[in-house]
Amino acid sequence: MFRNQYDTDVTTWSPAGRLFQVEYAMEAVKQGSAAIGLRSKTHVVLASVNKASSELSSYQKKIFKVDDHIGVAIAGLTADGRVLSRYMRNECINYSYTYESPLPVGRLVVQLADKAQVCTQRSWKRPYGVGLLVGGLDESGAHLYYNCPSGNYFEYQAFAIGSRSQAAKTYLERKFEGFMDSSRENLIKDALFALRETLQGEKLTSAICTIAVLGVGEAFHILDQETVQGLINEFEVVGEEPPAPADEPAAPDQAGDAEPSPAPADQGPPADQGIAPMDI
Amino acid sequence: MNVADSSPAPAMNNLLASNADSQRTLYPYVTGTSVVGIKYKDGILLAADMGGSYGSTLRYKTVERLKSVGKHSIIGASGEISDFQEIMRYLDELILYDNMWDDGNSLGPKEVHNYLTRVMYNRRNKFNPLWNSLVLGGVKNGQKYLGTVNMIGVHYEDDHVATGFGNHLARPILRDEWHENLTFEEGVKLLEKCMRVLLYRDRSAVNKLQIARITQDGVKVFPPYSLKTFWNFNAFQNPTVGAEGSW
Repeated sequence: MFRNQYDTDVTTWSPAGRLFQVEYAMEAVKQGSAAIGLRSKTHVVLASVNKASSELSSYQKKIFKVDDHIGVAIAGLTADGRVLSRYMRNECINYSYTYESPLPVGRLVVQLADKAQVCTQRSWKRPYGVGLLVGGLDESGAHLYYNCPSGNYFEYQAFAIGSRSQAAKTYLERKFEGFMDSSRENLIKDALFALRETLQGEKLTSAICTIAVLGVGEAFHILDQETVQGLINEFEVVGEEPPAPADEPAAPDQAGDAEPSPAPADQGPPADQGIAPMDI
Repeated sequence: MNVADSSPAPAMNNLLASNADSQRTLYPYVTGTSVVGIKYKDGILLAADMGGSYGSTLRYKTVERLKSVGKHSIIGASGEISDFQEIMRYLDELILYDNMWDDGNSLGPKEVHNYLTRVMYNRRNKFNPLWNSLVLGGVKNGQKYLGTVNMIGVHYEDDHVATGFGNHLARPILRDEWHENLTFEEGVKLLEKCMRVLLYRDRSAVNKLQIARITQDGVKVFPPYSLKTFWNFNAFQNPTVGAEGSW
């Protein structure tokens, strides 16, 4: 009669030692559209695919600024993601009220993980159905963490979550060794290429993705659409059966205009200069 | 205790009685006097004497009023000694919790100073202040920091600071003689000059003082010592001469 008698309650163990409800929550992360994060010594880049739930609606925001030195990208239930983002914003504000300095990223991530863990151990609660890529900068450098509904958290060099994230992970696994010393521009480039891997036959345009950057001397900010499109064009991240993803696909021999100017348009925000000038 | 002995609790201790005595610091009991702090070439120096006054009686002679706070900060306190002891309990707990993260991040002098400011101002808002003026100094990542906060939460940073009488007697000297490139020896000399003036003119001061130093390499609180004094100046011999109206 019952397909599974151990999955009606978060706190009920299966004889095999599993918590099915928690595992289901982990599945919710995979349902959401992809989110990607990668970092160098000095910068973190977050990227996400924007998927409208219907032809008539717009997409939901998937990247949130938490503070000048912390941002998150989410995959899964957006509503849960927003609740957790608000919690993180609060923690950051309270910390800087008390100490007049930015909350260390690792500590925020631990608090967040503890909060998620509680939901896996209370019969009247449900786990959060969202995975968060938390990027941040503190006195020990740039960090990228992944927080999942089970209450686990991991620190990564680069990671991808959400639907078809495996393709992005494969791309990142191939390239991550160079990320530590990567420039800001190259990180963004790799983010775009990783993002493209998650698209199935769709063309990568600025309309279906969001990119956010943060780093030394550069407060967390989401790049505007024109900037992103400019970068996509510059790097030739076209998608739609790219002719064999050559390892260095963005040979900028685009003949035409302004090829030598290395970093056009976007050069970080002029504002907030020196807002998070933590030395590494 | 025999059950039969227990009589009904007096009304005052009843939970329903809301007018139970509340305990606040309305005035200080045992107090320490001025603290003086300066930046110098390699870090921060603080000086304070070791007297503890019970009202105007010099009741205690060996009160340590300079303490280290974690790796990067030192604190000096004047005012109510017991409140300072409570503040040190707060700070030691704060630093312990900070260390327990064991994640390479640590609270520096700026953070500790801001934390203290919040604590002091919060307590004054409860009309139950911690009756102190505090000096906080430190070095972190090669950055020197020196600030002060008092019992009502007024706080500021400066190259040299002082509490209490030190504001009137020591800071004018510091304004004239302090400069950024003081060596350790010059710094100590300057502090001793301040402390000597305070010793002469502040009746609460005692001739037993400590100096604390913090640099990139760590904290050192030096053992107490005394200053040479000379009380035979004419003004000291007969202080009321020329002071009309005094006896």
